[in-house]
Amino acid sequence: MLSSIHTPRLLRFSNLKSLKCLSTSQSQPTPLPSTTPPPHSQILTTRKSLLSREISAVDLATTFLHRLNHTEPKIKSFLYISDVVLKEAEEIDRKIAANEEVGPLVGVLIGVKDNICTCDMPSTAGSKILENYKPPFDATVVGNVKECGGIVVGKTNMDEFGMGSTTEGSAYQVTANPWDLSRVPGGSSGGSAAAVSARQCMVSLGSDTGGSVRQPASFCGVVGLKPTYGRVSRYGLMAYASSLDVIGCFGSSVADAGILLHAISGHDKFDATSSKREVPDFASQFVASDHLDSKPLKGLRVGLIRETIEDGVDLEVISSIRGAASHLEELGCTVTEVSLPSFSLGLPAYYILASSESSSNLSRYDGVRYGKQVVADELNSLYGESRAGGFGSEVKMRILMGTYGLSAGYYDAYYKRAQQVRTLVRESFRAALDENDILISPAAPSAAYKIGEKKNDPLSMYAGDIMTVNVNLAGLPALVLPCGFVDNKSVALPVGIQMIGAAFEEEKLLKVGHIFEQTLQGCSFIPPLVADELPC
Amino acid sequence: MPFSGEEDVEVYSTDVEEFIMDLEPAEFAKKAICSNFFNLSILRCSTSTHRSCCHFSVYSKKSILATFFFNLFKLFGVKSWTHLKGIILCVYSSKMALAFLRGIHLNPSMVYPSSYFSRKHGVLYCCMRSAQTQTVTQEKEQTKLKVSTQSQPKAVDKFLKDFEAVIGIETHVQLSTLTKAFCSCPYNYGSPPNTSVCPVCMGLPGALPVLNSKVIECAVRVGLALNCKLSLNSKFDRKQYFYPDLPKGYQISQFDIPVCSGGYLDVDLPLEYGGGHRKFGITRVHMEEDAGKLLHTDGGNYSQERTPPSHLNILVLATFPPPLFQITYSCIHQMHHIVMFMAVDFAGVDLLGSVMQVDLNRAGVPLLEIVSEPDMRTGIEAAEYAAELQRLVRYLGVSNGNMQEGSLRCDVNISVRPIGQLAFGTKVEIKNLNSFSSMSRAIDYEISRQVQLHNQGQVEQIVQETRLWEEGAQKTVTMRKKEGLADYRYFPEPDLPGVTLTEEYVDSIRESLPELPEDKRRRYEKMGLSMQDVLFLANDINVAEFFDATLSGGADIKLAANWIMGDIAAYMKNGKVTISEIKLTPQELGELIASIKDGTISGKIGKEILFELIAKGGTVKGLIKEKDLVQIVDSAEIEKMVDKVIADNPKQLEQYRGGKTKLQGFFAGQVMKESKGKANPKLLNKILLEKLNAKS
Repeated sequence: MLSSIHTPRLLRFSNLKSLKCLSTSQSQPTPLPSTTPPPHSQILTTRKSLLSREISAVDLATTFLHRLNHTEPKIKSFLYISDVVLKEAEEIDRKIAANEEVGPLVGVLIGVKDNICTCDMPSTAGSKILENYKPPFDATVVGNVKECGGIVVGKTNMDEFGMGSTTEGSAYQVTANPWDLSRVPGGSSGGSAAAVSARQCMVSLGSDTGGSVRQPASFCGVVGLKPTYGRVSRYGLMAYASSLDVIGCFGSSVADAGILLHAISGHDKFDATSSKREVPDFASQFVASDHLDSKPLKGLRVGLIRETIEDGVDLEVISSIRGAASHLEELGCTVTEVSLPSFSLGLPAYYILASSESSSNLSRYDGVRYGKQVVADELNSLYGESRAGGFGSEVKMRILMGTYGLSAGYYDAYYKRAQQVRTLVRESFRAALDENDILISPAAPSAAYKIGEKKNDPLSMYAGDIMTVNVNLAGLPALVLPCGFVDNKSVALPVGIQMIGAAFEEEKLLKVGHIFEQTLQGCSFIPPLVADELPC
Repeated sequence: MPFSGEEDVEVYSTDVEEFIMDLEPAEFAKKAICSNFFNLSILRCSTSTHRSCCHFSVYSKKSILATFFFNLFKLFGVKSWTHLKGIILCVYSSKMALAFLRGIHLNPSMVYPSSYFSRKHGVLYCCMRSAQTQTVTQEKEQTKLKVSTQSQPKAVDKFLKDFEAVIGIETHVQLSTLTKAFCSCPYNYGSPPNTSVCPVCMGLPGALPVLNSKVIECAVRVGLALNCKLSLNSKFDRKQYFYPDLPKGYQISQFDIPVCSGGYLDVDLPLEYGGGHRKFGITRVHMEEDAGKLLHTDGGNYSQERTPPSHLNILVLATFPPPLFQITYSCIHQMHHIVMFMAVDFAGVDLLGSVMQVDLNRAGVPLLEIVSEPDMRTGIEAAEYAAELQRLVRYLGVSNGNMQEGSLRCDVNISVRPIGQLAFGTKVEIKNLNSFSSMSRAIDYEISRQVQLHNQGQVEQIVQETRLWEEGAQKTVTMRKKEGLADYRYFPEPDLPGVTLTEEYVDSIRESLPELPEDKRRRYEKMGLSMQDVLFLANDINVAEFFDATLSGGADIKLAANWIMGDIAAYMKNGKVTISEIKLTPQELGELIASIKDGTISGKIGKEILFELIAKGGTVKGLIKEKDLVQIVDSAEIEKMVDKVIADNPKQLEQYRGGKTKLQGFFAGQVMKESKGKANPKLLNKILLEKLNAKS
């Protein structure tokens, strides 16, 4: 049944449109016979089959580990693979056999980005300066997923300290995009996105400072969810830019991302910036597609951000987003174009603020207490040489930029002005979200590009963050889900749509995203590389 | 040089590739070449220009260092490290130091690491050339200064009159909250190093600060007590600089919006310094966190445990000669190893002599920085300002104010200017002031130093710098010169939300404030006590509370003050105890005073009971009853005793009546003895006189 996925080019958006025209022309839409069913929640399926004893956690884990071992040499999404996965799976099987209570993520195999602390595994943030560093504690989110029954498969590759958009900035290895091994998976959470895309794990955790969850989700054709700043505890996330960092979720379906988010959300007494707001039950949003009426999103006001579909954005990406917009209209939404006047200011403001904060946050990597230490003649060289040898060039560049931006005499011109821009961005989003329930835009100006293509062109790489950084500046939640493909000579590359909601309205985004995903027919976002091996 | 054995060896290296060895004595060098012990190629050997030793230039690679090291000891006929006596290896480059240590570590023929360097067997020692030259220059500088200050001490006094000193003080008050400012670690002074640390205060990746609300409460209490304006909306900022005792690479502090600003402190100067009342301005009070401590160990005070942590890289880095040692650190990959920070440099690298280690117990302990206006003019004023601050924080219960433990640290900024000049002179900062008296002496020394430079026409030699007070030498010495203003790149701390105070909160704290020292002093003054008494009683909150509690029982003010300042104070001083440690309660002191006043017991008996009460406790009434001490006021009874004494001492009576009236004292004493001290002295004397003079 899945054999047709080998030629995803045929399933491009244009095809989909014609298919859908057919479906919407009928007053009573009947599900089309399709070779590509909508994505299902791996978390819910796993739980169901484990509890009904259809499959054991060990069998499930073995399947995934097998695929992981098979695909990893090509994709290289993991920096560390846990050696206790099967042991943990055995424990789950024992619990189930004993009818003990198990959590909502029971048996779920989770990849964790390497900048999120795990106490039994190395956590290096993709940097040499933390080579072999094993934190003495679990990040709050890791504790949460473990308590919910999840199994951490390993630590996923990333751009060093989250600084990059390609995962080429890792000090250890370059991760490949499962759709096309010559392309980048995006970044900085490239490892987490690629791992879910290649079905090396079911879901994964990433972090998003300027789009590091959403852009790789788009590049790898998976769902990426960046929650509202403060929704999820940052305790245990190695800080890049504290006021922008959030931990986000990857899944192969919106439901998976939502269920994972639910597991990690909520106030944490170890993070003073985590919100005390109650966490709604996101799972109630995930109605099965056959229970939906003809206009399930009737009345929803959707704003398509004009500045994100203008010059400089790949035409095929724009047409995918327009296609997605018309799909939303078919679902009952009112789609209008909105303008965010401060949109273009976001990128420079982001790079000043993020670099400034990172220059401070990365001060602690001095080689004194942990991590790489260089032998030196005196104190300044101890610091200088440890850091010079431990950090990669992108990190050094951002530390330098940030140090400059905070220096006496430059503070007002850079840091302070960037903060003022941030306020403007926040206000323009607020205004746009007063008029609209959600805003949509592409998640990135292009689909995945070639490995090495932008390596020596940081400005062009930074420009790729234009779609996402404003959302971080405003601290809003955003969901990226695959909505189509762009044509490429040999393979189709997935394109993601970004849905932005008002603060703490993840629930709404998940509802829209879920319905969008379940009704989007004719597209399958499983890379050809792994499609063969997947069980039906 | 701390360890100068007879067989000193110095090994120098200019870089990793080249080692120049200075062997002492020269015979060893010759022997070494002749016996060809070294597996290294010796390229050059010449007579030394340095301490008349031989120089070897040895080109080598790290890999053969182990062999080199091994052979070096063969040279001395040392079979194992345990036989080693007093060897000092001075290594110019720390790269080489590490190479050595690795070499040792890797060499299988070596014994267990812990015995390598233990002090009684031998010492490995590392140093750097740069630091050595630095020290030499510094020493020279100090000598120069000594000469100049001693040359004309009296002339200084004369010139001092024409100058005025301007003094401002930055005080760091360590708050005695149960836990640290941003994590839940407790802090107890003197705990073994790195036993009170967690990911947050160690600055581990991913750890985040969460503010302890007690810190705000303390800041508001101090701010109100210093008559400051409170910022209802303040925030925390990051002050960024690199130092090994600062785990995060930045200190969480407050920059442009301190929690309190614009206050003042009232000070009463002691009478022995002329007395008088002063009002010193307070510029600001802000909250921040303390840094860790660098430990200078002289042989492993903390190193009971010598097991090396598993993943360990060491850096041996020390300057030579002491005490300018720099630092050794270690790489700790796992949290629980941090506990071994004390023993961190395994193998007794801490036995190298003096190395520096980082103790992070104090890191993250809350501080209030209190900055004064430059209102002080003399050492005494400055010391009294500090003493009053100490009193204040103790009254408020926010800190123990202990200077020796570093709970109250004062940095003094001081400049002088000719009287009449409005502009300030160049200011110098003085650190390392461990007591009020050293503060006062340091300031007076510094004033005379600066005035002298003025008078010698060398004003330009007063430069902006930090100077250290040396208690032993009783002078200040240069610690570091400031190269312009340091740029701390302050910016708002993104990990902590802003600090918002409500009026209600501030009011509730204002209501809970105790009576402050200044109010207490003014109240005591109004009660009619002399200034000396006032200063004594209000000085220590516990004494003041004891006094107040005694008065609240209705005791006479002057009597209570006299008892406390007299016998009780003397007892405390002799026994080195505090007023809260003695067993006497204020109620019983009141009772005692009342019993004397109403004549139940005599003053003499009262004193006796007092010491019993202080040492053992109990009640006045109980003691009086138990010991049957009630004063005898029955004249018939006294008369009986007088009669008996007169009858028993006919000789003396004769003498008395013969005109030696001084003997009245003798009779009185005898009667008092007879009454076991209980006779009412007035009555006794009256009756006695009557009897003695009766038949004359």
